[in-house]
Amino acid sequence: MPAKEVSIRIDGELVRATEGQTVLEAARASGKYIPTLCYLEGLSAVGACRLCIVQASGTDRLLPACTTPVQDGMSVITNSPKLAEYRRITIELLLVERNHVCAVCVSNGRCELQSMAKSLGVTHVRYPYNYPNLPVDMSHERFVLDHNRCILCTRCVRVCAELEGAHVWEVTSRGIHARLVSDLNQAWGEARSCTSCGKCVQSCPTGALAEKGRAVEEMQKRNDNISSLAVRRGVLA
Amino acid sequence: MKKVRLATVWLDGCSGCHMSLLDIDAAIIPVTQQADIVYGPLVDAQEFPEDVDITLVEGAVSSQDDLNKIQKIRAHTRVLVALGDCAVTGNVPSMRNSIPVSRLLQRIYVEGARENRGVPSDGVPQLLKQACPLQDYVQVDLHVPGCPPSAQAILAVVSDFLAGRKPEVGSKVKFG
Repeated sequence: MPAKEVSIRIDGELVRATEGQTVLEAARASGKYIPTLCYLEGLSAVGACRLCIVQASGTDRLLPACTTPVQDGMSVITNSPKLAEYRRITIELLLVERNHVCAVCVSNGRCELQSMAKSLGVTHVRYPYNYPNLPVDMSHERFVLDHNRCILCTRCVRVCAELEGAHVWEVTSRGIHARLVSDLNQAWGEARSCTSCGKCVQSCPTGALAEKGRAVEEMQKRNDNISSLAVRRGVLA
Repeated sequence: MKKVRLATVWLDGCSGCHMSLLDIDAAIIPVTQQADIVYGPLVDAQEFPEDVDITLVEGAVSSQDDLNKIQKIRAHTRVLVALGDCAVTGNVPSMRNSIPVSRLLQRIYVEGARENRGVPSDGVPQLLKQACPLQDYVQVDLHVPGCPPSAQAILAVVSDFLAGRKPEVGSKVKFG
């Protein structure tokens, strides 16, 4: 049975979408831009970062576009002063939570958090920095995990479970104590289920996961490869 | 026409922001036609003057001396600009912030020293518990992030102020 077509309005413009699509997918298919960080095309969407929030008719709550399914007749607004303000707050809270020292980061100049801050006009944060004391896991032969740069987007968790099928990564603890862990909270180098494929590194939007030996600004990620591979393999099908 | 009184200050930073300021090259000439640089590492004045229109501050607030300076600067400046990541976010100086100061000094000046071991105390300002952005202590009127901010961004900010406009920096600057 062919998927049912629905009509929605995005920023006032009538857009045809398919039942089962998310607002983000429908928006992108019609050339509309909604900022995202935790979303990676081809992998499941989890609504972790809250950057893709939109306003939808009939509710005062802001909804994450990446996990909200389209409904026939719905009307969404993807950009407004209110949304821009909440998106800036989201970026600021990500920046204060851990130690994002761009100047000395392997991903400086190629980081999605950094470029998102710029494109949203975040020139400073309005909250006190947390300055947590976080470890760097250097135990893997080829890769590094720097918790200081992690924004808990869980792209690595999803790409490892859904595309590589190894399910090395998981998030432990809650709230401010949440941490990325490999296998049963072992050092990455001792995680026996890791195939060292590097998909987690390529998917990571920041400098949290990187190749060993990269200096400042040297870590170039190829998450477009991850997306095309995931789409072709039909991860979500 | 009365000239604008411009100051620059170097707190806990590497002077890279001042280097970037110098990188505006010949554009410094029209700037100095409209403004006098009344204080900073690039000029001779020893004391921060009473009445300054614009102060560009590089560096984080890391020591008691930095704190005294920034409070005095704020009291005598109309427009205070946090110039560069150290002043805006804490940046590299703030990487010590999760380590207790006594532990830090012990590690560097005792365990890490080959000769003249011992934490210096005479003639050096006392470190604060953390190196923090300016906004943690004083009202900041404009944040110009970057490590360093580009010469073009600095020139645009200064030129806008000199022309009586409020600078729009959002799209010109980035962290790092």
